Parts: sequence; structure tokens; C-alpha cells
Amino acid sequence: MGTLVLAANEEFVPPGARDFDLPPIFAGVTKPMLLAFLSVVIIAGFFLLSTRRSGLVPSKLQFVAESIYNIPRNLMARDQIGAKEFRKFVPLIVSLFAFVLVNNLYGIIPVLQFPTLSNIGFALALSVLVVYPVYHFVGMRKYGVFGYLKNQLFPPGAPKPVYLLLAPIEFFSKFVVNPLTLAVRVFAAMFAGHMLILVFALAGEYLLVHGGGWLVAVSALSFIGVIAVTFLEALIMSIQAYIFALLSASYIGTALAEAH
Amino acid sequence: MNTPMPWAAAGDPNPVMPHASEVIVGFVAFMLLLFVIWKFVVPRFETIYEERTEKIEGGLQRAEQAQAEANRLLEQYRAQLAEARTEAARIRDDARADAVAIREDMLAQARQEADRVIAAGRESLAAERATLVRELRGELGALSVELASRIVGEALADEARRAGTVERFLAELEPPDGQAAGAGAR
Repeated sequence: MGTLVLAANEEFVPPGARDFDLPPIFAGVTKPMLLAFLSVVIIAGFFLLSTRRSGLVPSKLQFVAESIYNIPRNLMARDQIGAKEFRKFVPLIVSLFAFVLVNNLYGIIPVLQFPTLSNIGFALALSVLVVYPVYHFVGMRKYGVFGYLKNQLFPPGAPKPVYLLLAPIEFFSKFVVNPLTLAVRVFAAMFAGHMLILVFALAGEYLLVHGGGWLVAVSALSFIGVIAVTFLEALIMSIQAYIFALLSASYIGTALAEAH
Repeated sequence: MNTPMPWAAAGDPNPVMPHASEVIVGFVAFMLLLFVIWKFVVPRFETIYEERTEKIEGGLQRAEQAQAEANRLLEQYRAQLAEARTEAARIRDDARADAVAIREDMLAQARQEADRVIAAGRESLAAERATLVRELRGELGALSVELASRIVGEALADEARRAGTVERFLAELEPPDGQAAGAGAR
């Protein structure tokens, strides 16, 4: 590093976890909190506006809204839960998909530029406080507590001794791991993605301002990296929203399934 | 943590530890969204979808009904057409029968007429013949008398002359005798 011509007292500080712990804007309200509520306004506003004068022959806006609505409705709820019972869960799956999608996409929208779910609290709120209780509740309501547990922990078709091993694994997977992995998956992807963008952006900025000489030219590479990572992030953000809602639907479907 | 990671600088928060406030805010915000979607958005979409399905199914049903109606009418028209054809055939047969009857009638009349004409002709012929015969009978008497007188007057000796006389007499008879001879031949 000795050959690098760096400004003497300006050392490069890489971005870290502190960059996600934003100070409150007012009265303890932080940026991600505002963004979460903003997403509610955006999603509700979009769907309400696009279906305001809904017709059998959809307008352009209605067509867009229907296309978005049909993804969680048909591809997730109906395919995972089954055509018989999925209707009750359509609002939940649609909300999950839209909420996660919009809050993720914040990360690449100028000015906002912060994926809400990169703070694990929001992801946990969705998975542990919403999805987890819902799928266990509907399963227990349908089969009764013991019927449900038997259904979930003792999948038929295995030799008796295997259940000694299988039942604890199933219990661990369904009652401990699933809600956590659901939250951690989207949180980690958003955290890492935002960190990646920060690294490229801050490094580019640092090279441009303090680099001097040919390092200024290198900063261009860094900024190109920002753009490339932004595109990658757009893909990952959409995929994570899709996976989050799809897995939620899948958990509900599994809880309601007769035997699997 | 003897060797701190570069991102875990002193005082950095642990990103895996959730803030209780964020969990609560996230939950409340999501519940708010879920409420709006549940109460307003999903019912609107589902209503549209149901209406659309109904519209399509109703359209199919209406099309089926129209098809059935069309088939019924077609059958009806076919039946009517067949009926009309039978009727026409019947009328044609009747007409043909009528025509035959009329022709036979006319033929019979014509035959009767012809018989009548023939009978009248025969009658008039017979009458004429009777007249002719009567006239000839009178004339023949006179002629016989004249012939006899000539024969007697010309002397019976000459054979040849006698023959010539007869010839001449007959020749004289010939022209006015054409009718009488014909009538006589019949």
C-alpha cells in the first residue's frame, strides 16, 4: 500500500454495521421505520388507485395491478395451499410479497436508498410475529393441536424407529428453524447487498476525492461497480421478495396438507 | 474477539440483534397494510375475477342457448319444407289425375262427336244414294226404252253394227253414269 498516494490524514474507513444503525430523525423514529410506513402508503395507494374504477375489461393501470396481484395469488397461494383453501390466505400472501418487494427495492431507489429489511427487526416482525403464528394456528384449527402435531412431526411412510430421529428433526425444523431462516434469508441478502453498494460507492468517492493522480481514474471502475451491483441487487431484491412470500405460502400449505 | 473483523470496529452494533422498536414498527406497519389489502384490495380483485368468470360462462351459456334455438328453427323449417314438398307432390298428382280425366273426357266427347258426324255423313250418303237410285231408276227406264227402240230400228242383222250401237249407247251413257255407277258399286 506504500505506493498508493493517499492524503495523509484521510484514512479510508470501510462501511460497517454501524451504517445500518441510523440515528433517529425525530423522537426515536428512524429512517427504516418511516420507510416501512411509506411502503404501506405506496402499496395500498397503488392497489386502491388502480382498482378504483375496476372494469371487466381492465385499464392499463388495472392490468398492471392485476399482473402483480396474480403473482402471489396464483403462483404462490393457489399453487402452494391448493385451490380449495387458498382464498383465505390471498390477502396475507399478497401483503407479504408487496411489503417485502417494496421495502427491498428502496435499496436501489435514489434518495431513499435503504432496504428496510436489512435491519433484522423488520424481517423478524414478518416471519416470527406474522407467518409463524399463522401457519401453526391454521394447522391446529384444522386438525386440532394433537392431530396437527402428529401430522407435522410424524409424516407417514417411515419405519417406526426412524421416528425417534425424524420427529425431533421435524419439530426443530418447523417450530424453530423455519421462522428464523425465513427472516435471516431476506435480512442477510439485503444487508450484504446494501453493504456491497456502500463499499463500491464509498471507495469510488474516496478515490475520486482523496486519491489524486491515476487513482481518480480507478474511481470510475468503482462507480461502474456500483451500477453493476445495483442491477444485481434489483434482481436479488425481487427474488427475495418472491421467496419470502412463496415460502410463507408453502408453510401454510404444509400445515394444512392432509399427509405428505 | 482478540482479532476484530474490519467491519466490527469498536462500538459497531451487532446487526443480527434486532431493535425491539423496529420489530414493533414493522409489525404495526405490516398489519396496517394487511388490513387495507384484506378489506379493500382483495375483495375488489376477487369481485372482478368472479364477474369476469361469470361473464364468460354466461356468454357460453347464451351461445349454447342460441345454438339450440337455431337448431330448433332449422328442424322446424326442414319439417315445413318436407311438408310443403309432400303437399306439392300431392297437388301435382291430383293435377295429373285431373289432366288424365279431362283428356279422357275430351277424348270421349271427341269420339262421340266423330261418331255423330260419321253417322250424319252415313245418313246423308244413304239419302243421296236413295235419291240417285230413284233418279237413275227413272232415267234407266227411259234409256232402256230408247235403247230398245234403236235396236229395233236399226235391224238386228248386222252384228258389227249392232255391237257398235251398243258401244255407242254405252259411251253415251258413260259421262252421266259416273255418279250412278259409283253409287251402284257401293
